[in-house]
Amino acid sequence: MMLTVVGLSRGMLADSQRRARGAGAEIWVRPPGSAAIGLSGAPMSEKILEFFRKQEHVKIATGSVTHPIGGLGSVTGLDLDRFTRMSGGFKYLEGGPITGHDQILIDERYARQNKLHAGDTIEMLNREWTVAGVVEPGKLARLIVPLDQLQKLASATGKLTQAFIKLDDPANTEKVIASLKTQLKDYQVYSIEEFTSLFSIHNIPGLEAFIGVIIGLSVVVGFLVVFLSLYTAVLERTREIGILKSLGASRVYILQMLLRETALLAVIGSIVGIVMTYGARALIMGMVPASLTQMIVPDWWPIAGAISLAGALMGAAYPGWRAVNQDAIEALAYE
Amino acid sequence: MNNQHIISIRGLHKVYRMGEVDVPALRGVDLEITPGEFVAVTGPSGSGKSTMFHVLGGLTPATSGTVLVHGKNLAEMSETERTNMRKTEIGFVFQKYNLLPTLTARENIAIAQDIAGKPLEMDEGFQKVLELLAIAHRLDHKPRAMSGGEQQRIAIARAIVNHPSILLADEPTGNLDTKSSDNVLEIMRNLNKRMGQTIVMITHNPEAATIADRIVKMRDGQIVN
Repeated sequence: MMLTVVGLSRGMLADSQRRARGAGAEIWVRPPGSAAIGLSGAPMSEKILEFFRKQEHVKIATGSVTHPIGGLGSVTGLDLDRFTRMSGGFKYLEGGPITGHDQILIDERYARQNKLHAGDTIEMLNREWTVAGVVEPGKLARLIVPLDQLQKLASATGKLTQAFIKLDDPANTEKVIASLKTQLKDYQVYSIEEFTSLFSIHNIPGLEAFIGVIIGLSVVVGFLVVFLSLYTAVLERTREIGILKSLGASRVYILQMLLRETALLAVIGSIVGIVMTYGARALIMGMVPASLTQMIVPDWWPIAGAISLAGALMGAAYPGWRAVNQDAIEALAYE
Repeated sequence: MNNQHIISIRGLHKVYRMGEVDVPALRGVDLEITPGEFVAVTGPSGSGKSTMFHVLGGLTPATSGTVLVHGKNLAEMSETERTNMRKTEIGFVFQKYNLLPTLTARENIAIAQDIAGKPLEMDEGFQKVLELLAIAHRLDHKPRAMSGGEQQRIAIARAIVNHPSILLADEPTGNLDTKSSDNVLEIMRNLNKRMGQTIVMITHNPEAATIADRIVKMRDGQIVN
């Protein structure tokens, strides 16, 4: 559970980073007062693009509108010509570019999750959209429509959620950012490295606490499982413990035997847990590849192993104490 | 205590507390056993035979009196000392065999060696004992695959693998048919005669008791002969 949650957190953040980089921009600009990662709403005038285009070293300036479509999903409106030039263009796996209104591009993961193909239709924002093309994932968004149409539908004509700037040379990034920050005091201006670095567990409100809660739950569940199974094992093996005592087994010998079994249980549990994260990833990729992305997190294997071992040993403490203090005669008489 | 006694019991009392009532199980037992002696302790249920077995084996402390084993007083021993004594000085054979069900016969014997901190190899002398017990061919089987007689013979092998000076047997034939009982009794007699093993056997079966050098009768927590 722990490894899957950490893997999901990292996987989804890594996927967001990859899609942000796929835009091909060196600089991202977000409107004043907006959250760095909450990419919806359109509070920024698109006139600002003209301002950017006049700046030294700016090769392409374009923007997007991101509009929620229910759940965690969103659709992104793009100036497709400029975005294509900026990002290097979409790679079409099916169909081709958008040629008119009410057409949409979807990425391969969204298509797979929703069993869609070029030419199919999607019901969204109270209208029917035809899938013009299925594109390779990793270009900013999973659902892409023409910018002007989404602006109209979202009642955000002339507005943008964010702006992207491509420079004549990436080496000029810091210089241009410094200049923009001087001229646009309240705007949030990021280099792509800075922007993607914001996609971390520490910057998502509540995510760190959520992971902490899941780890805590894992420890509690591990503790209870081991506690109950060992408690039952000690009860079931009362007679065996009596036999060991009659053979001269010391408290330490019996305790060591139980702790060895517990440690083995924890190690096997950890290995099964690791194997299950591969299963969970395969399941997620097969069923909801667009909604969830899970990474395998080998650096967390020893942490998860240590946590499960600690939980298991804590769970073994009381049954172990009972076992070593059992009266040998009563234990031998146990049926 | 006379030095020729391997076990010397004097004025042994054992009282169990049952709720708020004291139940005397042993009421002043005196008994002496010489090395290499085979003693059968008989008596009806509740006569105190098993309690004496448990006290003698260091499984429970006496309420009063002295129990000297090799001149060492069990009453003055800590639980750790009594545990250590069970490793090498005393071997137990129980009515219900008490083999560990998940282990093979060989592993059941080996665990007694492991607990005593001895090497797990079976020496030449012990191989002969296994032949005497006629279980050498059954060592890799688990208890559930063995007859009662075979299980009891494995239990005897386990009890003597660390060469204890005393073998305590509590109703060793209680769960066996006549043929297996005779076989187990004959083996115990052989161990006693050939190897000089001191044996104290608790039994309610007067016929089984006749195989011993001496029969001690108990009634109401006391020795009556």
